Amino acid sequence: MSTEVKEVPKQVVATRSSELDAPLKSKRMLVNLGPSHPAMHGTARAVVELEGENIASCKLDIGFLHRGFEKSCENVTWTQVFPYTDRLNYVSSIMNNVGFALAVEKLCKLEVPERAQYLRTITSEIHRICDHLTLVGALGLELGAMTVFLYAIEGRDLLWDRLTELCGARLTSNYARIGGVARDVPEGWLEKTSATLDRVVLLRDEIDALLARNRIFVDRTRGVGVVSRADALDLGFSGPCLRASGEAWDLRKASPYLVYDRLDFDIPVGSNGDTYDRYLMRIEEMKQSDKMIRQCFRDMAPGELVVRDFRYVLPPKPEVYGTIEGVMAHFKLIMEGIQVPAGEAYGYTEAANGELGFYLVSDGSGRPYKLGLRAPGWPMLAALPVILQGALLSDLVPVFDSINMIGGEVEQ
Amino acid sequence: MAKVVIDALVERFRDAVQGDGVTGAYTGAGGDDAAFVRRERLVEVCQFLRDDPGLQFNMAPYITAVDYLGQEPRFEVVYNLLSTTRGWRIRLRVKVAEQDAVLPSVCAIWRGANWFERYCFDMYGITFTGHPDHRRLYMYDEFVGHPLRKDYPLRGRQPLVTELEVPEEQFRGPGPARRSE
Repeated sequence: MSTEVKEVPKQVVATRSSELDAPLKSKRMLVNLGPSHPAMHGTARAVVELEGENIASCKLDIGFLHRGFEKSCENVTWTQVFPYTDRLNYVSSIMNNVGFALAVEKLCKLEVPERAQYLRTITSEIHRICDHLTLVGALGLELGAMTVFLYAIEGRDLLWDRLTELCGARLTSNYARIGGVARDVPEGWLEKTSATLDRVVLLRDEIDALLARNRIFVDRTRGVGVVSRADALDLGFSGPCLRASGEAWDLRKASPYLVYDRLDFDIPVGSNGDTYDRYLMRIEEMKQSDKMIRQCFRDMAPGELVVRDFRYVLPPKPEVYGTIEGVMAHFKLIMEGIQVPAGEAYGYTEAANGELGFYLVSDGSGRPYKLGLRAPGWPMLAALPVILQGALLSDLVPVFDSINMIGGEVEQ
Repeated sequence: MAKVVIDALVERFRDAVQGDGVTGAYTGAGGDDAAFVRRERLVEVCQFLRDDPGLQFNMAPYITAVDYLGQEPRFEVVYNLLSTTRGWRIRLRVKVAEQDAVLPSVCAIWRGANWFERYCFDMYGITFTGHPDHRRLYMYDEFVGHPLRKDYPLRGRQPLVTELEVPEEQFRGPGPARRSE
């Protein structure tokens, strides 16, 4: 047997390796995701052009859930807008109620009683936890972690049960009113909610333990869907997604409303701006919300629920039946609606997914002349093609989930 | 709070900022500042607001339009701007006439303005020159009219859309060429 190895000419080797590295001749493929797809959260449609497994370009087509929110609102009285706002972000409806009420109160220059402010804060923060639990659960589910989803949904529904006791509805709460809130907490509700929150803390920590150090989860989310701080600002991000990119901007701190200036809480800020950081933001914000709710429980004092100004709020029934002023105020409010002073205002609050804005124009009649909705998820969804440029197709769904687009509010 | 912004604007664009009778700038409800801006100077004003080191309006959180039917000019486009470094907000209001409802796009200044401008086009029929992707946002392409205009009826009816011709050979997947009847 000869040990002599025949030397391969160098040139041939070079040719072979470059042939191996050469890109395969392939056609770009168009993949249509949605509009009805379980991972598309509502009915958004994405047309993805694939180069192999990577996304070469992505086009979004929205509007399948468009139901004319603004047009509807322009044709009803100011009070009748509240049920419509419930259906924007249906996972955290009270935040929408409160956001709208605050915008109108800005226009009316109304000061809401303290107890109502506390109740609005408590319910908003409970709904923030619900919203974040939904997102985290769905994110787990989409990466194959069904258990996480079940834990998250258990926690969310326990909180919704408490809110049902308060508002009478599980999803469409319709709790805030112009000038206050609809009703006070039932007896024993605070203790019951504290117990529920204890349970939710356990569930949340369980979820975090299952995901945060999970190899599969970390591999699928870290470094995926990265948005730099400059990009996030340029693209108009807000809320947890903006903070995940490293910008410490929270309206609850920057321009405090309700009782947020009296509460002790921190704003979590991320550093990488990837899906994993967006997940961490949610977990951390749930901890902060929990802290805030307990502070409110401690500090809240009994008091009025609505302003005693009968131009805006229905008078109590004994006054309606007993005094002529009461009857008149009641009649005017029911027949003509609240006469919001003419003018325009932009009200903004920090909803679960970011800045929830209402641009209101009133002409002094009983109906909104213009009601512009700035949905928190809107710019984030618009930025999706930018974020996904070059990403793997399989990363589309987790990234899509982590920006938490809610069809109800984005598509109005 | 953000009186500085108004002062800086009026100082820099003495001829461009106009409205509210004389001065143009005012402090609106809740302490938010607003100013009327002439269409011709809009891009310049936005560029200045973003790039001035003392202002740094690095975000355009919300752009919308209002239809003041019966007034002249009829439309108004409202730019809500935010500076996260300073914590300031300002609202720019730009009047547009119905016959000439064209505005320069600010997408080159804030990329986030993209969908807001598409929304204004879709709902009010205001065109933005220089927009990278000028299409309707919510409505389908065949939709007639602009639904948020005040003269669009609440229960407006739309004509039926004819089915699109799909070039079959291009998009057909595996399987028989024609569905069996």
